[in-house]
Amino acid sequence: METILLFAPLVGAILCGFGWRVLGEQAAQATATGLLFLSCLLSWIVFLSFDGELRVIDLFTWIASGSLDTSWQIRIDRLTAVMLIVITTVSALVHLYSFGYMAHDDNFREGESYRPRFFAYLSFFTFAMLMLVTADNLLQLFFGWEGVGVASYLLIGFYYRKPSAGAAAMKAFIVNRVGDFGFLLGIFAMFWMLDSINFDVILAAGPELADMTFPFLGWEVNAANAIGVMLFIGAMGKSAQLFLHTWLPDAMEGPTPVSALIHAATMVTAGVFLVCRMSPILEYAPFAGNMVIIIGAATAFFAATVGLVQNDIKRVIAYSTCSQLGYMFVAAGVGVYSVAMFHLFTHAFFKAMLFLGAGSVIHAMHHEQDMRNYGGLRKKIPLTFWAMMIGTLAITGVGIPLTHIGFAGFLSKDAVIESAFAFGGGLGAYAFWALVIAAMFTSFYSWRLMFLTFYGEPRGSKHTHEHAHESPWTMLAPLGVLALGAAFSGMIWYNSFFGHTDQVARFFGVEYAEAGEHSEEAAGEETAAAGESHGEETAVAEDSHGEDAAAAGEGEHAAGEAGHGEGHYVFTSPPGEGAIHAGPDNDVMNAAHEVPSWVKVAPFLAMLAGFIVSFLFYIVNPALPKAWAEAFRPGYQFLLNKWYFDEIYDAIFVRPARAIGRFFWKQGDGAVIDGGINGLALGIVPFFTKQLVRLQSGYIFTYAFMMVIGIVVLVTWFALRG
Amino acid sequence: MISTDLSIIAPEILLAVFAMAGLVGAVYSGRDALSQLLTWAAALLFVAAALYIGLTGEGTHTAFGGIFVDDAFSRFAKVAVLLSAAAVLIISQDYLSRSDLLRFEYPILVTLAVIGMMVMVSAGDLMTLYMGLELQSLALYVVAALRRDNARSTEAGLKYFVLGALSSGLLLYGASLTYGYAGTTEFAGIIEAAGADASIGLIFGLVFLCAGFAFKVSAAPFHMWTPDVYEGSPTPVTALFATAPKVAAMALFARVVHDAFGGVVGDWQQILAFLAVVSMFLGAIAAIGQRDIKRLMAYSSISHMGYALMGLSAGTAQGVESMLVYMAIYVVMNIGTFAFILSMSRDGRHVTEIDALNGFATKEPLKALAILCLMFSLAGVPPLLGFFGKYAVLLAAVDAGLGWLAVAGVVASVIGAFYYLRIVYYMYFGEETEGLDGRMTTLPWLGLVASAVIMLVGIVNLFGIEGLAEAAAATLVR
Repeated sequence: METILLFAPLVGAILCGFGWRVLGEQAAQATATGLLFLSCLLSWIVFLSFDGELRVIDLFTWIASGSLDTSWQIRIDRLTAVMLIVITTVSALVHLYSFGYMAHDDNFREGESYRPRFFAYLSFFTFAMLMLVTADNLLQLFFGWEGVGVASYLLIGFYYRKPSAGAAAMKAFIVNRVGDFGFLLGIFAMFWMLDSINFDVILAAGPELADMTFPFLGWEVNAANAIGVMLFIGAMGKSAQLFLHTWLPDAMEGPTPVSALIHAATMVTAGVFLVCRMSPILEYAPFAGNMVIIIGAATAFFAATVGLVQNDIKRVIAYSTCSQLGYMFVAAGVGVYSVAMFHLFTHAFFKAMLFLGAGSVIHAMHHEQDMRNYGGLRKKIPLTFWAMMIGTLAITGVGIPLTHIGFAGFLSKDAVIESAFAFGGGLGAYAFWALVIAAMFTSFYSWRLMFLTFYGEPRGSKHTHEHAHESPWTMLAPLGVLALGAAFSGMIWYNSFFGHTDQVARFFGVEYAEAGEHSEEAAGEETAAAGESHGEETAVAEDSHGEDAAAAGEGEHAAGEAGHGEGHYVFTSPPGEGAIHAGPDNDVMNAAHEVPSWVKVAPFLAMLAGFIVSFLFYIVNPALPKAWAEAFRPGYQFLLNKWYFDEIYDAIFVRPARAIGRFFWKQGDGAVIDGGINGLALGIVPFFTKQLVRLQSGYIFTYAFMMVIGIVVLVTWFALRG
Repeated sequence: MISTDLSIIAPEILLAVFAMAGLVGAVYSGRDALSQLLTWAAALLFVAAALYIGLTGEGTHTAFGGIFVDDAFSRFAKVAVLLSAAAVLIISQDYLSRSDLLRFEYPILVTLAVIGMMVMVSAGDLMTLYMGLELQSLALYVVAALRRDNARSTEAGLKYFVLGALSSGLLLYGASLTYGYAGTTEFAGIIEAAGADASIGLIFGLVFLCAGFAFKVSAAPFHMWTPDVYEGSPTPVTALFATAPKVAAMALFARVVHDAFGGVVGDWQQILAFLAVVSMFLGAIAAIGQRDIKRLMAYSSISHMGYALMGLSAGTAQGVESMLVYMAIYVVMNIGTFAFILSMSRDGRHVTEIDALNGFATKEPLKALAILCLMFSLAGVPPLLGFFGKYAVLLAAVDAGLGWLAVAGVVASVIGAFYYLRIVYYMYFGEETEGLDGRMTTLPWLGLVASAVIMLVGIVNLFGIEGLAEAAAATLVR
């Protein structure tokens, strides 16, 4: 079943990409989409029937060379299972959505066939992403990692006639290469230290790595920290974290379904997945963990500020994605990996929906993307409006404070913020405040998007507004499904990801015990605890997943309440067992549940503040934004130009690199190498040729003379040599 | 005792009897009526002799008190000489009769030259050496001037004769110096006299001997006759010059430096390396300026001799082996190329300008493809056989510590690649002008295609040549 799940998208991609001439365009697209829905169905079966026990399915050996032994394998644990449903669900819906969205495209000429190519790329992307998450060794993971990079490149540059799309595709690929370089170094270092890149070995070796060192650039560095940092650099590239984020906004040059699938829900979360997957190592790499927190919080804040002033509807959502990824990294960095996965999970639904909703708006407005030319679309495209509204409520985190009732973002984002606070210390405070402020900004720009798009007077081209139309069902159905996810996924799975520690432990297949006991516990007792946990599991699983959405909210709430009364549990699995790992001193999850009430309410208040300001700016007095922008011109420009990152990179990296390249091209290659070769081939050799041909005079005495010279040279040589 | 000696030189005697009988028969039967028959008979006899030598010969025997040696090395060289001479006779027959050159003297002179070559490669004494060498040379001087009513052909024959005489003088001077310092003309005695540290007089003798051999293999700077003689001689004669005598002279070279001077490898290694490097560069650079394909092949052969000498200069069994393999490959490539050159004609006239090949590929794609294979192989482009020949000699040189020589060889082969590729360029991309219209008869066509195919399929195991060459080299280098 897992094998079918994994390879169905690949088969779809091949059939659609190479076979569409035989199958016909429509049938090819339908094949790809159908296979993805199959994959999606199987994923849900795997997810819901998953019992927390690790399963590895061996496909075949890939590379066996010396001590390097890697196979193609399918590793199914809770992390993989979560990723599977996220990937296949969003992908299947995006395939369906693309039927409508890609039906007509002005970027291609009449009669040109581009749709099968698009679907093939989408399916190929899905396959690569599945490879990534099901990998059981770093090499296969890297294969998927690069595979999604290629697919992303192809899809960003899908409108290949647009120079800006080509440039954006290259930018995405090149910036990712920077991260990949770090990732590769991490893999190499791992192999160097442990002589293996298979997860069963390396994940168990976290504490061991913490005691190892290796020389790097002249320093003796701690292996766990160095590897953690290198892997995180890889994650930064893929997940567009600060300093390597510049490609993500530009990636919006791709078609909107691509943005929804790759640049919101799945590929960009690969970095988060990697960090969570590597949790048994990161737990023993405090420096790397702190770096994850710092970068994550900074990204969340930075991207939110830039999102405040962007005018392109997709760019706003892109920066919002960037910001939300920062949240996930903070959660991973503080050691609450389940919360990182929780936010990843809910974010996939509401962000994909926002993108697809934006796509629907763009579709309706004939590919106009500037929000300043929207306005008053609520009546024209009501279904899209409601979908976007749900998405906005989810991303801004609307819910009832101090309870577990709210939209998906409310639960997961608050969980992140509480975890950050619970981490404590200066770093915890920094992350907490950065995230709360970012939450306020998130609320502001999300509502700004809503108000500018759907409220107020129609702006821009009158013609476009008159012809604005609701999208076909193929586009609206995915919106509806995602809306369900955005509304309820948080409440349904709250306990699984961020409930009481024992619930989370059961969900992720991790052993747990009462706090204070685990350190003295013998191995035998741990096994007993594990056996016990499996016994309980079925009941809990039914309890939390079996009910329908409406009932679940209440049920979870009750369970949560009950949880408070229970004992104080901690994770006790040794590293490498269970989907995620928490070190012996990591008690952040328990602490996060006991933070003061003001902390729990803070994100809600921030959200309210953002909403009110936005309301004032865009509904009550639409002249205000302009006035503010004038009043704080330097700040506005600073934000509008994205903190001048592109300009700085251009000056620091791009121009010097180009100058060096030009130097080597013109001077090195052109002057020295070409000049040398040409000089030799066109100057020196012909000169000698001419001389030799002249020497061949045709006179016997010349010839005899040459022979005599030859003999004289040889005799002289031997005479002088003695 | 004498019967044993005679049985050892039986092939040579057979050929000599054939040559004399043919001469008498042709003279009395009235001129050229027999020439066709004689040519075929000579060719078949060569093949038969080659088969006899190749299949029945074994072990090492000496005849006439050590002045004639029959060993694996001489047998390898003899088979190569005989087969290449036979091949040249067969492919050139059509050309000769077309241009009214098929005199009965031709096969007889070739036979005599081949006997000379066979004696050369079997020489165990300076006397035998000189006898074989002169028999070969005198016969070849005459065939160079075969077209005796043509000024260029006679000029070629005369030049070859005069310069050949000079080289014979050098050789004889070297032989007498050697005799003077060693007290014997037998190789076995010379190697003893030279020991591990030869006297300067003996070294001078060696230098002069090498000069004489270098003339025969046309190694620079003793190569000056080659372009003129190649161009002036009738094309079948050029084909002969480029093949059998080169093998024989190179084998003789190897025989003398190893059999007679095997103790002073360090000395002659310097001579050979000098000859090799000058030949490789001169051949490669001077060929660029050539417009006539026969002159071009002359420089090409100078360059190739440089590579063969590089293998020999290694002074090891591996070096001799690589030289033999190289020569075998070289001979096959040249037979194929000359088979084509023989067929180059326009309006019934033989043309040898390279420009005439322009656009040849569109008219004769198969032949052009065969030439392409041969040219790439001559240039040493993998995966064709020529590359493996070059690789073997380069490897031998590197293993013998002559890395600089190998580097020079690689550089020279890059320069040399230019003119081979230019021929291919003309054939495939040249502006079509007045091209060739001559038709190729079956035998030359077979020669061309067969050698091209050998270049392609030979890479599998070189037809086992390597093993034979290794055995041959083992008997020479002890």
